[in-house]
Amino acid sequence: MNQNPDHDELSIGIAAPVVPNSRPSQVTSYRRPYPGTQPEYLHSPYVSSIERAPKQPLIKLPHTLTEVTGPAFAPALVSPKTADLTRQNGREAIGERITVSGRVLDENGKPVRNTLVEVWQANACGRYLHKRDQHDAPLDPNFTGQGRVMTDDYGAYKFLTIKPGSYPWRNHYNAWRPAHIHFSLLGPAFATRLVTQMYFPGDPLLPFDPIFNCTADDKARNRLISQFDWETVLPEYALAYKFDIILRGSDETPFEVQR
Amino acid sequence: MSLQATTWQTVGPYFRIGLEYLNTTDLAPAGTPGEPVTVEGQILDGNGKPISDALIEIWQANASGEYGGTVDNPVDGAATVFSGFGRVPTDDEGRFSFSTIQPGPVAGPSGAMQSPHLAIRLTMRGLLRGLSTRMYFPAETLNSDPILQLVPEQRRATLIATQKPGTPATLQWNIEMQGERETVFFDC
Ligand SMILES: [Fe+2]
Repeated sequence: MNQNPDHDELSIGIAAPVVPNSRPSQVTSYRRPYPGTQPEYLHSPYVSSIERAPKQPLIKLPHTLTEVTGPAFAPALVSPKTADLTRQNGREAIGERITVSGRVLDENGKPVRNTLVEVWQANACGRYLHKRDQHDAPLDPNFTGQGRVMTDDYGAYKFLTIKPGSYPWRNHYNAWRPAHIHFSLLGPAFATRLVTQMYFPGDPLLPFDPIFNCTADDKARNRLISQFDWETVLPEYALAYKFDIILRGSDETPFEVQR
Repeated sequence: MSLQATTWQTVGPYFRIGLEYLNTTDLAPAGTPGEPVTVEGQILDGNGKPISDALIEIWQANASGEYGGTVDNPVDGAATVFSGFGRVPTDDEGRFSFSTIQPGPVAGPSGAMQSPHLAIRLTMRGLLRGLSTRMYFPAETLNSDPILQLVPEQRRATLIATQKPGTPATLQWNIEMQGERETVFFDC
């Protein structure tokens, strides 16, 4: 049995309740990562990590009320417009239209409901709408490359967008990023924060990319590659890719035997 | 069912385009109970160079030590409701600044109370995975805080803001990624 009635609410991602400080402080921790599935901070093939990764060992933090709580999100943060990246002021962006959809679950398989999914990406030519992006590729006046949606009761989300292009970067000689979409999720708690990137199946640049190849576990890495999804292709309109996202789940063992 | 959490990837250099609509330089709208405070700082890399493409996210309790609230669209960087959440990028000099109210003490492990603190998550180009740290308040009793107790004594100061001389409601707190004053980061 789950001994902590608050916890279920938190783990399914509905509005985190106000938790008075007079309550008992027993909280259910979130799981620690399975070995090899998360990147190390220092990953020298990714050159920027060398001056930025901490050198001292991290101090293991037991999860307290601070780490197992998080904000809820107002419905006004999203709209049908924030789920559709393919048009600006009624004009259409250039490129291959795609849908990107999937479910957000926790490690216990529970849907993470009403959670914010934020995305950003380059345009079809591999150019970001950002003053520091100097890549010699055209900007698209009808594409900002940013969107957000809220998951539904099943943890499902869906965007309509343009397939992003690859772009060069200066990590090493002739470095190009495989096409990707950046994803950001807060989930139900401070501890469930996730920022990741979604890739496309069959991209020939994947084996050369130090960011994609940052984890020891190749199965974990390959889960960052979306799947072409014939069933959700919009006929005569848009191809479709599926990308499920797993947030940390609580360490509870719901069917543990009673002692 | 036992799934594995999705692998982190760097926020990259261009996160601003997808995340900046929620940038919040003022977390507490007028009338929020609690002592107003401004936090200023700079984020530095291993060469002491300012990091101009970092993002910090703040999570904090209210003045009564309670967590919870709803994030809504800020207006000109000011929250319209206090949610305890804020998102603040660094500028071209690696500096950040935000205003909020000082949180109350919150419940900690085994009945101990935690001193007032801000939970901070740091992301930037070059970090494949976000880092978590905390900022504590200099005027509070800190030697009984159960989390600070886990930190070697000589490194604790990196988690405690300092009073800005001449401006009592302003605190200074830098984040250093490496070096002698490397900030304490938590495996959260
Ligand atoms: Fe990117």
